[in-house]
Amino acid sequence: MGGQGTGPDRWLIRGVTVAGYGGREGRTADILLSGGSIAAFETGLNHSGAHVLDADGLIALPGLVDLHTHLREPGREDAETVETGTAAAALGGYTAVHAMANTDPVADTAGVVEQVWRLGRAAGHCDVQPVGAVTAGLAGVRLAELGTMADSAARVRVFSDDGRCVADPLLMRRALEYVKAFDGVIAQHAQDPRLTEGAQLNEGEMSASLGLAGWPAVAEEAIIARDCLLAAQVGSALHICHVSTAGSAEIIRWAKSKGWPVTAEVTPHHLLLTDELASGYDPVFKVNPPLRTSADVVELRRALADGTIDCVATDHAPHPVEAKETEWSEAAFGMTGLETALRVVQEAMVDTGLLDWAGIADRMSIRPARIGRLAGHGIPLEAGVPANLTLYDPASPPAAVVSAGASKSRNTPFAGLDLPGRVVATFLRGTPTVLDGKLA
Amino acid sequence: MKRHLISAADLSRADALLILDTAEELAQLADRPIKKLPTLRGRTVVNLFYEDSTRTRISFEAAAKRLSADVINFSAKGSSVGKGESLKDTALTLEAMGADAVVIRHSASGAAHRLAGWVRGSVLNAGDGTHEHPTQALLDAFTIRRRFRGGSRGGQGGSGGMGPPRSGGFRGVAPPGQHSTALDGLRVTIVGDVLHSRVARSNVLLLSTLGAEVTLAAPPTLLPLAVGSWPCAVSYDLDSELPKSDVVMMLRVQQERMSAAYFPSVREYSRRYGLDAARMARLPDHAIVMHPGPMNRGVEIAAEVADSARSTIVEQVANGVTTRMAVLYLLLGGTEFPAVTQ
Repeated sequence: MGGQGTGPDRWLIRGVTVAGYGGREGRTADILLSGGSIAAFETGLNHSGAHVLDADGLIALPGLVDLHTHLREPGREDAETVETGTAAAALGGYTAVHAMANTDPVADTAGVVEQVWRLGRAAGHCDVQPVGAVTAGLAGVRLAELGTMADSAARVRVFSDDGRCVADPLLMRRALEYVKAFDGVIAQHAQDPRLTEGAQLNEGEMSASLGLAGWPAVAEEAIIARDCLLAAQVGSALHICHVSTAGSAEIIRWAKSKGWPVTAEVTPHHLLLTDELASGYDPVFKVNPPLRTSADVVELRRALADGTIDCVATDHAPHPVEAKETEWSEAAFGMTGLETALRVVQEAMVDTGLLDWAGIADRMSIRPARIGRLAGHGIPLEAGVPANLTLYDPASPPAAVVSAGASKSRNTPFAGLDLPGRVVATFLRGTPTVLDGKLA
Repeated sequence: MKRHLISAADLSRADALLILDTAEELAQLADRPIKKLPTLRGRTVVNLFYEDSTRTRISFEAAAKRLSADVINFSAKGSSVGKGESLKDTALTLEAMGADAVVIRHSASGAAHRLAGWVRGSVLNAGDGTHEHPTQALLDAFTIRRRFRGGSRGGQGGSGGMGPPRSGGFRGVAPPGQHSTALDGLRVTIVGDVLHSRVARSNVLLLSTLGAEVTLAAPPTLLPLAVGSWPCAVSYDLDSELPKSDVVMMLRVQQERMSAAYFPSVREYSRRYGLDAARMARLPDHAIVMHPGPMNRGVEIAAEVADSARSTIVEQVANGVTTRMAVLYLLLGGTEFPAVTQ
């Protein structure tokens, strides 16, 4: 062990460009990690006895935080485990992920959320913050024991029935009100169930010609509009999961203009891919909410750039091969995303000039940590803060995404696509979880 | 194109005319004492049917047998999707048995497309969910052409352009082109549940490829929202379309739509979009009435219309066999599908 005796080794990161440090462009600095924190942050550091990482050309970001990850454990360990999912997260530059509640059993009790939390601690690749279910069993009938989950060792603050919508307006109102007692937030999967019965693909030209039941934009937008009004009515925090349409972004922009406590996320795949990819009926492109049109992609990027949409969240949804090697309508919804998120966002937002790296730090670390009420993460890099950081090489030449990674599942829609950039290293409280692009 | 026939969009105008011309040649067989050709002797055609459709299966079976193919009927109805063997495993099984062609009927849109990725043989889509049913469109086009264009391609005899192997008795057909007659200018009105109809999708694509002017007439609830991007016109008013229609094609109203808020009641649907004798009287004298079957008599079509002289419903069934023979012949007997270039 390092100089602290019981702490991690010391690391000296030389000549890294720190996003947002000393101006939007960032400035190069040396960073010394010691005792789990950033011990020093200046130029020309020289520290004998520390591991030295030459970071010339790399960008340092505060460790990425994902508000929306499906780790599948307990229940579907064939698709992913906390161990494999968090390894994928670390490789993608994440130091914390929020584990969604739609496991089996559902994370709707203190027992299950504490189990997931402990599995995360044991795996050690990144912090795992469990999300609690809003309703018991995700059934949408009665509230789960939200307060008990909040008081548990897992300290749950984000509650979501993700995968299903809290469709009952009264139940949604009560949930929003109730979590005010412990500064909670309800993360809504906005999908009107009646408008999306049997829905397979964005309702539009593609669904019409492919003969797949349409998933209309209004089914998302109507719920978002309703819930923004509910959040305003009761003065409680609402977070909108995986915003996928131009109309949703417009509604959220309007709600924020009123000063209402609404936040929102967008997935990497909705920032890059469109429903035209469904033309070959390959269910690797089947996801919920569905891929939309290029007009939606343009508006989602704009909304993320102007802050209407607060953050990028992966909705990493691993599935075993057999769940996708089937007819489209029989296939599972979902895509993996942890290992590719930052590269996709570089392609969609940075290389297009819509966001700079300080903006990426904000949308992929600072704001999601704030929305998730997550201590110790999403803090701009400076001396004295916890040493959670990601080193990224944006100049790494575009390379084809390979489907095999640390995740147990292979259902990435980006396979074969040339994406720029490379996550070089990830540090969790001063300890490398990833070095030279490989698990440390 | 193409090793497979999955969508009517896969067919160029020349492809479609080649199939229709070939079917026309094959139709002459029906008048001969021996209706069988040795063309596909030794080839194996599998009918893989996940849905009950006796009429379509029998039609494909008869077509393959008249071409002397070995036919295996694989009724997977019991192993409905979601349980039992996966489509991929079934595909690998058929592959191992050496199927040269797989005719698939499946309740999931895109099933034929998926299957084509898993087998080496040709895949013929015999109806996939609410997507397409291209051989139905071909037999409909064939039926329309016979009624309005006398069927043939302008009397030019064929000269063996296909050069099929071992095709004793069948002399092949002329290359498609200026001699072939298409459906240019014919006005076809397709009526009913377009949203869920694979017959409508395939017909819109094929008939427009062949030059027909297609209009869809349906309540707005039974049209895709994006229907404006299709190569056809759209009307909510059947009565105004009838006097200008050469062909009216009635679609079946599925039982499950009747209680799902697509329309207030079966009777109202029938009143507004059903073809009864009074409506039939509004058609031009030469107009024909088509239905892919099976019919709901008294719902989308009145019995007296279905049984009238304008009705081509029985002809469509007979033409189904010859059209499917042509498709099987061209996919399996020749080389690449549009191989005729001379």
